[in-house]
Amino acid sequence: MSVDTATVAKIASLARIKMTEAEIDAMVPELNGILAWVEQLGEVDVTGIEPMTAVIPNRQRLREDVVNADPQTGGDMRDAVLANAPAAEHGFFGVPKVIE
Amino acid sequence: MTELTDLGIAALRDGIAKGDFTATEVATAFNAAVEAAQPALNAFIVTTPDKALEAAAKVDADRAAGKPLGKMAGVPIGMKDLFATKGVQTTAASHILEGFVPPYESTVSRKLWEAGAGMLGKLNLDQFAMGSSNETSAFGNVISPWRRPGDATPLAPGGSSGGSSAAVAARIAPAATGTDTGGSIRQPAAFTGISGIKPTYGRCSRWGVVAFASSLDQAGAMAHDVTDCAIMLEAMAGFDPKDSTSLDLPVPEWTANLNADMRGKKVGIPREYRLDGMDADVAKSWDDGIAWMKDAGAEIVEISLPHTRYALPTYYIIAPAEASSNLARYDGVRYGLRELPEGAGLQDMYAATRAAGFGPEVKRRIMIGTYVLSAGFYDAYYTQAQKVRTLISHDFTNAFREVDVILVPTAPSSAFALGEKSADPLEMYLNDVFSVPASLAGLPAMSVPAGLDRNGLPLGLQVIGKAFDEQGVLNASLAIEQRAQFSARPAKWW
Repeated sequence: MSVDTATVAKIASLARIKMTEAEIDAMVPELNGILAWVEQLGEVDVTGIEPMTAVIPNRQRLREDVVNADPQTGGDMRDAVLANAPAAEHGFFGVPKVIE
Repeated sequence: MTELTDLGIAALRDGIAKGDFTATEVATAFNAAVEAAQPALNAFIVTTPDKALEAAAKVDADRAAGKPLGKMAGVPIGMKDLFATKGVQTTAASHILEGFVPPYESTVSRKLWEAGAGMLGKLNLDQFAMGSSNETSAFGNVISPWRRPGDATPLAPGGSSGGSSAAVAARIAPAATGTDTGGSIRQPAAFTGISGIKPTYGRCSRWGVVAFASSLDQAGAMAHDVTDCAIMLEAMAGFDPKDSTSLDLPVPEWTANLNADMRGKKVGIPREYRLDGMDADVAKSWDDGIAWMKDAGAEIVEISLPHTRYALPTYYIIAPAEASSNLARYDGVRYGLRELPEGAGLQDMYAATRAAGFGPEVKRRIMIGTYVLSAGFYDAYYTQAQKVRTLISHDFTNAFREVDVILVPTAPSSAFALGEKSADPLEMYLNDVFSVPASLAGLPAMSVPAGLDRNGLPLGLQVIGKAFDEQGVLNASLAIEQRAQFSARPAKWW
């Protein structure tokens, strides 16, 4: 499979990365080179093979059903959570207007 | 007289404990070495001399008060700038996180500070750990302290933990943290003549480590030698309920159980790693390693890992796929850079922020990942890659029924020059050919220096072990270290 400029523009849009036409043109051959190379995986016989889900067998844990069981990942951290926000107002993240 | 900065973890810690010198003297010496080397090597993104002194003062006070000292007491280290450090800028070497000051501490760094280590600074790396030469950092290239004799061409320190490898090799830090997704601890260790271990996936908590590819990312230790790596890894590892993939197992006493006697052990040599056109010096160092293993008493067994050649393409689907998902969080809303063009709406702001904040290699990988996960292509690429990953893992499981450890080269060449491979992304990816398979299988693997090649540059040998068997990896690596007698150091030019 190979990609053209329209496909690359579509991927850039899905990935939310603004790209100029020149950047898209430059990326088409790069992506095609990489995609042509990974294409060789198609020749591997995977009949009856399960896709990997966990590289090391592990069990899913549940934490205790307690509020703020771990203070570092619990609540009441509004100011710390907002401390690095580019725009924070009235205790919320600020974003450009989304509703006209 | 030996300079303090020539000493490694064990020598520093034990010297401080005995009173040969103080932790403050050690921190002062390394702070000065860092400052002197920074303009030439660019190993650090920020330096934190006060943090190093503060930790040292506490160790000196604890010692004076007769309190017990930790495993890393008085050892100042470099912290790869992928670990969140409370109150100290953490960037992943990306412009998109420039100025980000975490309000929390990563589990691995917290454990190291609790063990008595201090922080010299945050080490440079490939942007979001994506690269094999440290050329994708938004904060400039790291320059390897190594040079070819009589040739001032700047060489790559390897990547992504290139600041870590350069700092330890230049003896401006006795040890450094690294992270390894496809070889990012082992390849830079090999390029710079130091030791580095990536433990079993899940040994070290990923909490507070900037995510690249979560099913592969694993922190580890980079230091002068095998013993120092064992000490540091003990301090870093351990169960963490805040990481859902953390292994709920006690941390073994790797250091106390180090043993280079390989009698009764079987060392596997996989035929698929002997590539056509393999560098003659790399092939020779591998043969040396085999001879050293025999000398240590091991039995050499030829093995087959039939899916080896598919490991790299598998990795370059899975890692970008996970990265495209993980890096979706950089949106200009919660932290990091925001680009808000005049009149832009929310979607435009996302796209402008990510265009301005991510470097070219990061964008390339997000694009590949987005494509292979997109509707219509998911099964052909991603599901197929995860199935091949299962087969690669089975190859190792089968091999480890026969052998205790596997010995292979760490990288296909010694360090290359900066700029030599950066024009072609595929050529750069191929540098990970020997390190990626163990990453895909989540196995512990370590690189130790084996010797110098015809250019006078270090080559590494890699030991891969069974899951949870870091001890076997460390022991075989120690047997190599004792026989390789590697003592070469870069001549100081910085």
